[in-house]
Amino acid sequence: MEEILSVKDLEIQFTLRGKTLTPIRKVSLELYKGETLAIAGESGSGKTVLTKTFIGMLDNNGKITGGQILFDGKDLTTYKTEKQWLTIRGRRISMVFQDPMTSLNPLKTIGEQIRESMILHNIVPKDKSKGRVIELLNDVGIPDAINRYSNYPHQFSGGMRQRVVIAIAMACQPDILICDEPTTALDVTIQAQIIDLIKSLQKKLGITVIYITHDLGVVAEVADRVAIMYAGEFVEVGTAEEVFFDPRHPYTWALLSSLPQFGEKGKDLYTIEGVPPNLFKVIVGDAFAPRNRYALEVDFAAAPPYFKVSETHKAKTWLLDPRSPKIEPPETIAKLKAGDF
Amino acid sequence: MIERNALLKVENMSVTFGTGRKRVEAVKNVSFEVFRGETFSLVGESGSGKTTIGRTIVRLNQINNGRVLFDDKVISGKISRELQSKVVRKIQMIFQDPMASLNDRAKVDYIVGEGLINAGICKSKQELNERVSRSLMDVGLLPEFASRFPHEFSGGQRQRIGIARALVMEPEFIIADEPISALDVSIRAQVLNLLNKFKRERGLSYLFIAHDLSVVKFIADRIGVIYGGQLVELCYTQRLFEKPLHPYTKNLLTAAPIPDPRRARNRSAIVYDPTQHDYSKERPLLTEIEQGHLVLANSKELESYKRDL
Ligand SMILES: Nc1ncnc2c1ncn2[C@@H]1O[C@H](COP(=O)(O)OP(=O)(O)OP(=O)(O)O)[C@@H](O)[C@H]1O
Ligand SMILES: [Mg+2]
Repeated sequence: MEEILSVKDLEIQFTLRGKTLTPIRKVSLELYKGETLAIAGESGSGKTVLTKTFIGMLDNNGKITGGQILFDGKDLTTYKTEKQWLTIRGRRISMVFQDPMTSLNPLKTIGEQIRESMILHNIVPKDKSKGRVIELLNDVGIPDAINRYSNYPHQFSGGMRQRVVIAIAMACQPDILICDEPTTALDVTIQAQIIDLIKSLQKKLGITVIYITHDLGVVAEVADRVAIMYAGEFVEVGTAEEVFFDPRHPYTWALLSSLPQFGEKGKDLYTIEGVPPNLFKVIVGDAFAPRNRYALEVDFAAAPPYFKVSETHKAKTWLLDPRSPKIEPPETIAKLKAGDF
Repeated sequence: MIERNALLKVENMSVTFGTGRKRVEAVKNVSFEVFRGETFSLVGESGSGKTTIGRTIVRLNQINNGRVLFDDKVISGKISRELQSKVVRKIQMIFQDPMASLNDRAKVDYIVGEGLINAGICKSKQELNERVSRSLMDVGLLPEFASRFPHEFSGGQRQRIGIARALVMEPEFIIADEPISALDVSIRAQVLNLLNKFKRERGLSYLFIAHDLSVVKFIADRIGVIYGGQLVELCYTQRLFEKPLHPYTKNLLTAAPIPDPRRARNRSAIVYDPTQHDYSKERPLLTEIEQGHLVLANSKELESYKRDL
C-alpha cells in the first residue's frame, strides 16, 4: 500500500483568553492511497481540528507546535502563505463539512460557485467551464443539471445541497477528500444516498477519503480502516474488521457497546459516564482512565504506549501489556462478532 | 386481548398551513393511541409531519380536522381554561437541539422552574427551589448547577436540563421530538436510559419522534411510520422489524446504519418511490392486516401484503 499522506507526532495548541489548550497531542497517522479511513470519536476529541490542518484552515488562535504533515514530498506544517495553501486546498485535498449551508454562498447560483472554484485553480479554460460544471452536477446525482445550474442554494433540499458541496470539493479532482460529518444533519434515507455517492465517486476516481463521524454505524459502512480518537490522540487504529470484531481499547468497547442497536428491551444501554478531560490541563496517565471501568492502577500514573495487535492493528492501552491481568471485553463485543443483534 | 387504557388518542388529525395556492396539508387524517406507560414512536423523514403532530397535540398548532383526547377528555379546539392548564402541566415536550431550546441568558434554575412559575403551581419560593433541585437530581445533575448558564454545560448535560424542565411539571405524558439526534453517541445512551427509567419508575408515557429506526427499536413499544403527513404503517416494534410491509418502512429499515462492516458493506437500501402505488382506481386505507399491525393500502396491495405475512 502506497502512503499518500502521513502525520508524525503532530501537536496543536490553541490560545484562549490567555490560556493554552492542547486539542491534538502528538498524533501520528498514515493514510494510504485509495482507501477510506474513518475517524471516529466523541465531540471535542479533535477530529475536525486535526484534519483542518491538512488544508491550512486551522483557526487563527491555533498553532502547530510540533510534528509534521507529509504530503507529496512536502511538509505541510511549513506552509505559511495563502498562495502556498492554494496549491493544496481544494486542489489536492478538499474538505466537505457537516452543514452544507456554511460552505455555500446563499447569494450566488450553485453553478457559479462551482465554476469559480474551477477557475480559481485554473482547471478548465473559462469558455469550457460551464459544460464541465454540468458534467460534475450530473456526477454527483443532481437531476436536471442544466436547469439547476442557475438555482440558488435555498432552492435545494438539505441532501441536494450536500451533493452540491461535494461537487465543489470534487471540482479539481483532488487526491484526498475529507468528509467531516457530511450526513449528521440529514435523514437516514438521504444519509444512505450521500454515502453511496461518496463511495461511487471514490470507486470511479480512485480518490482517498477521510470520513469523520461519531456514528459507528456509518463507520461500518464506509471504512476500510478506522482510527478511534479520544482527547486528541488515536487510541486504536485498525482495519474495520479488527476494530469492530476484535477491539482492544476500552474506549472502543464503550463506544461500540453504547450503540442503541445493541440495546435490549427492559435493560439499560451501556454508557460512558463522566466527561472528557480538560484540555487546558496537562493530562497525566491515560486520558480515558477516569471514565474507564477497566482502568488499572498504572493508567493513572503513566500514559500507555501503542501495543501492536497485528501488522495493521494497534491500541494505546495498558491492557495489552503482558503484565496486565486478562480482561474480557463487554458482552456486546461478542454479540457484534457473531452478528447477533 | 385485554382492553388497554389509552392515555392519548389522536383521531383523524389534519393540519394545514397557509391558504390558497400556498396551502400545504402537513398532517393528513392521522389516528393513533398512546397507552399508559407506553412509548409510542413516530418515525419518518424530515418534513413528513412528525413534529407538527407533536406540536398540534400540545396546541402549538391549530388542528383543522379531527380531535385529540387526553385522559378521555377532548383537548383540541376550544377548551376550558381549566383543561388548558391541565394540558400545560400534564403534557411536556423535549426538543431536538438542547442548545437552541434553552434560553441562553437565563440561569438553569429559571429554565427548569419557568413552567412552574407560569402555571403558578408553587406556593413559595422555597417550594419552587426544592422542586427544581429535585428535578435536577432526578436527571443526574447537581443542584448546584442551578445558578449556571446553559452554555457552561456539555450537550448531554444540556439535554438533561431540558428533561429536568419537563419532569419538574410532574407530567404524565412527554413528547420527545428527536431528543438525541443532535447528541454524541456516548451521550445518546445516557439520555435513552434516563427516559426509560422515568417510564419504569413513574409510569410516564412517551411520544418519541425520530427519523432513525435503529434508535427507536430499543426505546419504542409500538411504532407509527409516517410519510408525507400520513401514517403508512403502525405496528409493535418487534413485529415491524420482522415483517415490514409498506415499501416506505422497508426503505427506512434498509437505510438505517448497521454497526457491522460485513453487513453494512453489502447493504443496499430499498428505494421508495411514492409513485409506485397505483391509487387511480382505489384509494388506500389504513387497514389492520393482523392484530395490532396496520398498513396503508388499497385492496389489491392488501392482498399482496397478506401473502407476505
Ligand atoms: N478555535 C478554537 N479555539 C479554542 N479551542 C478550540 C478551537 N477550535 C476547537 N477547539 C477545541 O479543540 C477541541 C477539539 O475540537 P474539534 O472541533 O476538533 O472536535 P471534534 O472531534 O471535531 O468534535 P465534534 O464531533 O463535536 O465536531 C475541543 O475541545 C474544542 O473545544
Ligand atoms: Mg468536528
